[in-house]
Amino acid sequence: MLAKRIIPCLDVRDGLVVKGVQFKHHEIMGDIVALAARYAAEGADELVFYDITASAEGRRVDRSWISKVAAVINIPFAVAGGIKSVEDAQEILAFGADKISINSPALSDPTLITRLADRFGVQCVVVGIDSYFDAVSNTYQVKQFTGSEQSTITTKWQTLAWVQEVQHRGAGEIVLNMMNQDGMKNGYDLTQLKAVREICQVPLIASGGAGAMEHFYDAFTQADADGALAASVFHKQLIAIPALKQYLKEKGIAIRT
Amino acid sequence: MRIGVIDTKACNLNSVLQALQRLQAEVIVSSDAAELQHADKLILPGVGTAQAVMHGIEHFKLQDFIVNSTKPLLGICLGMQVQAQTSDEVPLKADFNEIKTLGIVPGHVQKINSQGLRLPHMGWNTVRHTDHPLFRDIAQDSYFYFVHSYCLPLNDFTIGRSEYGQSFSAAIARDNFMGVQFHPEKSGAVGSRLLQNFIEL
Repeated sequence: MLAKRIIPCLDVRDGLVVKGVQFKHHEIMGDIVALAARYAAEGADELVFYDITASAEGRRVDRSWISKVAAVINIPFAVAGGIKSVEDAQEILAFGADKISINSPALSDPTLITRLADRFGVQCVVVGIDSYFDAVSNTYQVKQFTGSEQSTITTKWQTLAWVQEVQHRGAGEIVLNMMNQDGMKNGYDLTQLKAVREICQVPLIASGGAGAMEHFYDAFTQADADGALAASVFHKQLIAIPALKQYLKEKGIAIRT
Repeated sequence: MRIGVIDTKACNLNSVLQALQRLQAEVIVSSDAAELQHADKLILPGVGTAQAVMHGIEHFKLQDFIVNSTKPLLGICLGMQVQAQTSDEVPLKADFNEIKTLGIVPGHVQKINSQGLRLPHMGWNTVRHTDHPLFRDIAQDSYFYFVHSYCLPLNDFTIGRSEYGQSFSAAIARDNFMGVQFHPEKSGAVGSRLLQNFIEL
């Protein structure tokens, strides 16, 4: 039986790991390679690195840190941020990443998803979706360019429609970033996660809001997420990965320990 | 101890090379049988498609070298699958329905009959092994990292099995030839242990 995955997410800016609250107010958390090595040693099942500045500022980034990460860790990892072309993806995979994760560029040009899937296989292609619950209209909206508050825009897509679109175009996995919860530590938005799960045939990763061990349990049992992604609770050592995995295993979840 | 990594130019060797470096193995990477002769052991990695790996093997005239080798050889992922006789994994729009592979072990690689589970089979899954030396000091039902849509069914040479809708060979061994369907280079501590075991065989 496939194990449910615990995925620390490292937001990267200028070669350092940072973390914001609701995608704002980024504070520096530490060195990428050291943190990656620590998580791998503690039992993380996979890592995701988001270069949060890349998409928002439209510049080409130095990605040589990827090879430093690949040299030290022995678990799979994905890289996200500013991947706009097959060439960008090629470079990242050549540096040693296992997957590439695209978000804003997929919204600008949805054909990118298919081109990446055709070239590298669907197992390499993750689509990240920044989804915002708008209480006024009672809808889930897909946001774009969320690297900074100023750059963030609301797209024409509603979340469920975009989830279907990206699968149709060849997404091999979806990371659902539930923005209202991000950094709040109140738990994942299970209502939204369940709604997405119902229409999502590829692996689905919950992201945004984990603050306690039971939040992971809820994402796996109530919404059948394949993995749960979190950042601050791991960076700030509010939750230790070995303790989390032991807790989940004792609750009967298929977990690699 | 010198490990020869067989480069079929069909895939990115980075992950395997980095894993071997972490184990401080002496590594030579080559597509040339004459150079690979100087290795004590061989690794045949494989990511991509069976046809791409077989093209590489044929292009560099490595088939005789591989099948006649008496050195310990470890195939990884497709590097294991191509040790079977044939594979169903043909390119889209191909006018043939199977690919002839190396035939080191009997069997036919087929699409995983996943009983509705999502394909590819991607993620961490357990392996039950037969205490072959490759699995020395590795607990039963340890989790390894898999990424594949095709599999080799169980056969007489299966030394590790996994389940994903169906049972399949997660590891095989015949004489000096070994293969693993999972990626030991991405399988955390147990994966490193398995590679270390191979180096120490």
